[in-house]
Amino acid sequence: MTDLLITTEPEAGAAPAPASGARQVWRRLRARKAALAAAAVLGLLVLLALAAPLLTALEGQDPNAYHDTLVDSARGGVPLGDLGGISAEHWLGVEPGTGRDLFARLLYGARVSLLVAVGATLVQILVGVGIGLTAALGNRFVESALGHVTDVMVAMPLLVFAIALMAVVPADFPRPVLLVVAIGLLQWGGMARLVRAQTLSLKKLDFVSAARLTGGSTWRIARRELLPSLAAPVITYAAVLLPTNIALEAGMSFLGVGVKPPTPSWGEMLSTATTWFRADPMYVLLPALLLFVTTLAFTVFGDGVRTALDPRAESRLGVGRSRRTARTSGAGGAA
Amino acid sequence: MIGYLLRRALGALVVVLVLSAVVYATFYIAPGDPARLACGPRCNPEQIAQVREQLSLGDPVYVQYWHFLQGIVAGHDYSTGTGVLHCDAPCFGLSYQNDQQVTDLIVQRLPATASLAVGAMVVWLLLGTGTGLLSALRRGGLTERVLTWLTLAGTATPVFISGLGLLMVFCAYLEWLPFPSYVPLTDDPEQWAWNMLLPWAALGLLESAKYARLTRSSLLETLAEDHIRTFRAYGVGERALVGRHALRGAVAPVIALTAADFGSMFGNAVLTEMMFGLPGIGQLLVNATRTIDLPVVVAVVMVTGTAVVVANIVADLLYVAADRRVAL
Repeated sequence: MTDLLITTEPEAGAAPAPASGARQVWRRLRARKAALAAAAVLGLLVLLALAAPLLTALEGQDPNAYHDTLVDSARGGVPLGDLGGISAEHWLGVEPGTGRDLFARLLYGARVSLLVAVGATLVQILVGVGIGLTAALGNRFVESALGHVTDVMVAMPLLVFAIALMAVVPADFPRPVLLVVAIGLLQWGGMARLVRAQTLSLKKLDFVSAARLTGGSTWRIARRELLPSLAAPVITYAAVLLPTNIALEAGMSFLGVGVKPPTPSWGEMLSTATTWFRADPMYVLLPALLLFVTTLAFTVFGDGVRTALDPRAESRLGVGRSRRTARTSGAGGAA
Repeated sequence: MIGYLLRRALGALVVVLVLSAVVYATFYIAPGDPARLACGPRCNPEQIAQVREQLSLGDPVYVQYWHFLQGIVAGHDYSTGTGVLHCDAPCFGLSYQNDQQVTDLIVQRLPATASLAVGAMVVWLLLGTGTGLLSALRRGGLTERVLTWLTLAGTATPVFISGLGLLMVFCAYLEWLPFPSYVPLTDDPEQWAWNMLLPWAALGLLESAKYARLTRSSLLETLAEDHIRTFRAYGVGERALVGRHALRGAVAPVIALTAADFGSMFGNAVLTEMMFGLPGIGQLLVNATRTIDLPVVVAVVMVTGTAVVVANIVADLLYVAADRRVAL
């Protein structure tokens, strides 16, 4: 996500370049303040997740240490003190019942959430691009078979399937990996459709015909000519998939079929929300707010990227240019 | 028309068959002992042996699968050692952990899920198309900006967060509503509706955001078409223009989305049921997954998958009825 921003950032003071590639996209994205704000929020979130061990060490807490003395066992385990037990030692209070540090659990929960979502998105990209490319380049039989499979996958109740999958996988299989695989292998239909449609329109263009005339094999054309041109739409769509994947992971952990305790997860914290929302609203509000802000930021950012890469710009990115020529001509335009 | 229906029905049958094969393979050929898993953790070796025989696990895989299909279409007789247990079609097997036939379990859970889905559908169709309409007509104004942000926030909010928000506001702070507990419609319609209000709102709000965006864009698209411009040039009033001519073009995409979205609606319904403790199919699935009650898990997957396939055919027919430019 942030990689995209960093690599496409133009040098300061560059004259507005004539339309070309990533530079143009970046300019359009920059014009959308909401998308920028969302990117900032996401950057902060990634930083917090990366620095989780550091920050919790600074706080002097551990996400899995129980503190019986901090909860009121007479009142069913409600944290002692105001606002869910916020204190100098426990910056965001403690978990009701167990007294585990909330700040540490929220930060480590962010790691789980982001890792699973990004991992699942990568699997979706791999499968979607593979199936979409094969469908677009294969013979008629392959195309129609893959088309049908994709249609069915898009329509199916995937959360139901993903939940069901958790029943058959052995209990000792690492859950975050399982979630990545389950979400990734089920929810690739949209990506496959997009890649297929893009490839079909790219296939008609001169540079692909030229590559074929010079004797390039299908595989070589796919790798050298098509994949670079597909990068922009695929990245855009991945940005749209990310918030969905975050919500899916949180949803499954909320249902108790996601990551296993004691691994912290925002969804898992919310699974006891209905028990605690009266007695300890802080415990419920914090993960809910974090999850809401994260999915909203990803959605706004994805929306911004999509608008920046509107269909016309998309084809302009792809038409007749390998990535390298697009980059050099962009630099030349600025000079 | 008849030919089209036959083709669609045949296609649907193929999809359901493939689904059944994949599901069967995933759940009964997967690593581990299906008999032990299906029977549950409290089973003794004799019970497991009986389950193994009832699931005909000694037979080759294709024979087992054939029995599974046969049970769904024609019912199945299970030997219980002392007698015969008949399971009517559609028979999805026995839930050993609940000591009940899976089909019965699902049928018991249907009313709650149907109550949730139908009520929420009313909410999201009215609210979604209404919001979309308003935001398309107030284009460029403050109303549109506010509505755009609201729908964006709506699509970004998982249902267990919006549900939680509703609970905190209406049950904890305002105390207008009791904490929802499901009352069957047949027992007490008034209590049923009262208790379903929050679940409907939670699921409906989430889904309506998608419909608002779609209605807005398809309405704007229709309003920009030539025939609308012609109508306007002839002096047709704006109200009639939208109400009588433009809306018709916007109805078809909404129907298409309803079908395309049926699957994800199921997922959100599972979350809503768990959030509010509704005894529906979603709750059945989650509990069965936690206790590894394979026959129930398999049946829920099959039933929801089939429902999606059927819903898609129905939506296609409605689409044709709504948009006369499309012929079969």
